[in-house]
Amino acid sequence: MNRTNRVLLKGNEAAVYGALLAGCECYFGYPITPASEIAHASARLFPAMGRVFIQAECEIASINMVMGASAAGKRVMTASSGLGISLKQEGVSYIATAELPCVIVDVMRGGPGLGNISPEQADYNQVVKGGGHGGYRCIVLSPGSVQEMCDLTMLAFDLADKYRTPVYVLTDGMIGQMMEKLELPEPRPRRMPPAWSLDRNVSADNWISSIYMDPVDLEETNRRLNRKYDEIREKEQLVEEFMMDDAEYAFVAYGIASRMARSAVDELRKQGVKIGLVRPKTLFPFPENALRKAVKNGVKQFFSVEMSNGQMIDDVRLAIECARPVALINRMGGNVPTVEEIVNRTMDVIKGGK
Amino acid sequence: METKPKKTFRCDIAFDECKGCSRCVEACPRSLLKLGDAINMMGFPAAVYAGEGCIGCGACYYSCPEPGAITIVEITED
Amino acid sequence: MSEKIKLGRPAGFFDVFERRPGAIKKNMHYCPGCGHGVLHKLIAEAIADLGITHRVVLAAPVGCAVFAYYYFKCRSIQCAHGRAPAVATGLTRSNPDDVIISYQGDGDLASIGFNHILQAANRGENMTVFFVNNAIYGMTGGQMAPTTLPGQKTQTSPLGRDVLETGYPIRVCEMISQFDAPVYVERCALTSFKNIMAARRAVRKALQNSMDKKGFSLVEFLSGCPVNLKMNAHDMSEFIETKMTKFFPLGVYLDRAAEREPIVRAEMNYDADKIKSLLYPEEIQSELGDYKCSSPVFDKECRVKISGFGGQGVLSLGYILAILGKQRNFNVSWLPSYGPEMRGGTANCSVVFSKSHIGSPEAAENCDMLVCMNQPSVEKFLPILKAGGVLVYDSSTVKLPEGAAKDHYVYGLPASDLANHLGDLRAANTVMLGAIAAVMADNFLDDADKANLDTAMIEAVREMFAKKAKAADINIEAYKTGKEKIEFKSVPKA
Ligand SMILES: Cc1ncc(C[n+]2csc(CCOP(=O)(O)OP(=O)(O)O)c2C)c(N)n1
Ligand code: SF4
Ligand code: SF4
Ligand code: SF4
Ligand SMILES: [Mg+2]
Repeated sequence: MNRTNRVLLKGNEAAVYGALLAGCECYFGYPITPASEIAHASARLFPAMGRVFIQAECEIASINMVMGASAAGKRVMTASSGLGISLKQEGVSYIATAELPCVIVDVMRGGPGLGNISPEQADYNQVVKGGGHGGYRCIVLSPGSVQEMCDLTMLAFDLADKYRTPVYVLTDGMIGQMMEKLELPEPRPRRMPPAWSLDRNVSADNWISSIYMDPVDLEETNRRLNRKYDEIREKEQLVEEFMMDDAEYAFVAYGIASRMARSAVDELRKQGVKIGLVRPKTLFPFPENALRKAVKNGVKQFFSVEMSNGQMIDDVRLAIECARPVALINRMGGNVPTVEEIVNRTMDVIKGGK
Repeated sequence: METKPKKTFRCDIAFDECKGCSRCVEACPRSLLKLGDAINMMGFPAAVYAGEGCIGCGACYYSCPEPGAITIVEITED
Repeated sequence: MSEKIKLGRPAGFFDVFERRPGAIKKNMHYCPGCGHGVLHKLIAEAIADLGITHRVVLAAPVGCAVFAYYYFKCRSIQCAHGRAPAVATGLTRSNPDDVIISYQGDGDLASIGFNHILQAANRGENMTVFFVNNAIYGMTGGQMAPTTLPGQKTQTSPLGRDVLETGYPIRVCEMISQFDAPVYVERCALTSFKNIMAARRAVRKALQNSMDKKGFSLVEFLSGCPVNLKMNAHDMSEFIETKMTKFFPLGVYLDRAAEREPIVRAEMNYDADKIKSLLYPEEIQSELGDYKCSSPVFDKECRVKISGFGGQGVLSLGYILAILGKQRNFNVSWLPSYGPEMRGGTANCSVVFSKSHIGSPEAAENCDMLVCMNQPSVEKFLPILKAGGVLVYDSSTVKLPEGAAKDHYVYGLPASDLANHLGDLRAANTVMLGAIAAVMADNFLDDADKANLDTAMIEAVREMFAKKAKAADINIEAYKTGKEKIEFKSVPKA
């Protein structure tokens, strides 16, 4: 019987497909809308491959189960949203410091507080900047489609291993819930337990810890981690540029907001505005190179289009060292900016000469 | 008929591995242990064994929180 | 005369504690007389005697035993405060042949991490928990623990623990032994030789259970913290034996290991073909093959909103359209309403087709087509239908208000009644699909696409009901009915 790799999936499901194709062996999670389909699909698919699925008692437990499984030498994933991610932060800090690889999918919902379950992007700060205690960072990938939910989840596992660090797939309720067609990549061969792991075939007495009582040791650990983050900054920036060749104006937008921004580019181009879109596919590292290039190539005004209270705009300004004005076009609370809204606000700024 | 070889026991205290907590002193059913006067490398008065009478019961050994402070030696006379 | 060591440094310890910073490499970091040291020795002796140093992974807590991983000749991991049972769960599920030890203090286990230990116990995780109850927070300098005795003075209960303010000591063994899953629960005391020997047996029994994969074992050790309780060795043991055991009676609380079968966990399967057969669907035989729709209307986004009651198959109707889009090589997105919105009994979804980029998957503005299967949907979504757009409604459930939809092309048909007639009300959505097909043919499609429309739609329905041939036939019947019975109502007034 013939099988096809062309499928129609929800973004959340695509992350699970990507995980399994990347050889993910364990999933631990706690239900939360709008991320629950990741748990649902994992509950169905992981056991079918003899893989581990556990519904943990809470997000704190699930991230610590992730830590255990990662330490044990397995490829492992968890997923949550907003408030659940907040609960995971303690564990993420331990994992980052112990330099264990893992993948965390954050399907962002409306906040702060209990907020609502509609799509938002306001986990940016808590995910992109570290989020838990101490000076660590996580690699953050931001898919813009269901295809990328699959592809970037697979990439997340590779980057997690390459740098021995937690990697987030930062998405939102809309991309998580929507269906699109995608082409499933080929499954990867098994990733064997790494030499540092607690797999009994690789070591009799490996140990994993994040405690360094001597301030000199802990400082050196911090420096080592930060050298790693510098290397990540240097090598792993991913970005998609649209209509940037002759752009005088540029949107910067990721995830679901980038899709509206791209439609807005089409619309504004029709009106004769030379505008383009820089879409970060990595938020840490932030695509500084592409933004600096945009400045060099003549962009005189940037727009940070985001579904949060100006969280990404800081990074845009830092990337271009405030060389150009950056305006904020945002919606919050679970509202998605419409193309019309983006177009109008862009025109206001352009006409106002700000 | 052969008689069984006679067995005796000895309690060795590793002077520098004792923390002078006196748990062993409390535990010994034959009161063969006490804290000595000498202060060891870690700054504690190490326990000392009376020199004879040990029955090898292990009470001191299992009461002692230190990995290698106490060794019970079995001596077989032939 | 010959000599042999009867009892010496346990072989489960490293000979030299290289991981411990500083000059002292033969001793542990614990205070003189600390119960942790006594227990460490029992564990080190047991894992060597049982021959399992290569099988053991130790999960160390936050508390005075935070550095336990300096000492044991096995693999180990240092966990966050209270989280060791969760980490241990990850370990045992990953490598079920390992013997996992979760070593925890009373603050760690019975306060900050209480839920984790209860849940791990209740799941029956194959692990051994060694629980050191010293009635105090040792590491942080002697604050009240959940197990601190009534009246006991600590840094945070300077006048003695007041049970009316702070509650009573928590009895962990009593609680855990109420669960159905755990196999072995015992409380011991690290005091007299006799009690220590009982503790030694308990350590071995628990480890044996883990070796035999019998599930969850927990041993609690009433243990001395002479430094924070400001007691000498004698008083410390007396305190434990006379005061602590009153609240925490010693003994076996649960032992059902003998009657339990070993836990069997699935083998992980890494076969690429197996993964593919799990994730890659069967290919639907297509008459149209790779036929790409040619109507220019789809060069840009074409937005459809479908709305109705929860049970009317509104989401699946959109899903069939999305399948159609996938089969015919469109970019297509399908977005359901989700969450509490669904609970009110209404449901809607957006489907967007395009041969190029799809921006928003939400048909929130400028809709090309609105499909309404109940009355509230008309009121809610008519405003987002663009002028000149198409409204299709189920006339068995919807009464179009006077003068409504005057800027739109309007079609109606009694989809629910027709489906009922066909013998399955659930097919109302595919009746509607037929109507949508007719509307598309009327308004959007070029001749080539029109010619292929039925085949394309039917192939989409077949994929939707891939494993249910009978349901597919009923729904194809419904589709044909809808396509035939559609009624054209009005054109835009302007
Ligand atoms: C999240 C968090 N909160 C607080 C602490 C501080 N802390 C370290 S150890 C400890 C109490 C340990 O007491 P217990 O578990 O009884 O272990 P003991 O030292 O008595 O063996 C606390 C509160 C911490 N490390 N992490
Ligand atoms: S082994 Fe027994 S008798 Fe010998 S010193 Fe120790 S406690 Fe005393
Ligand atoms: S119990 Fe051990 S540490 Fe304590 S005094 Fe005796 S030998 Fe020394
Ligand atoms: S503070 Fe108490 S529990 Fe901690 S090492 Fe010292 S005696 Fe042991
Ligand atoms: Mg304690």
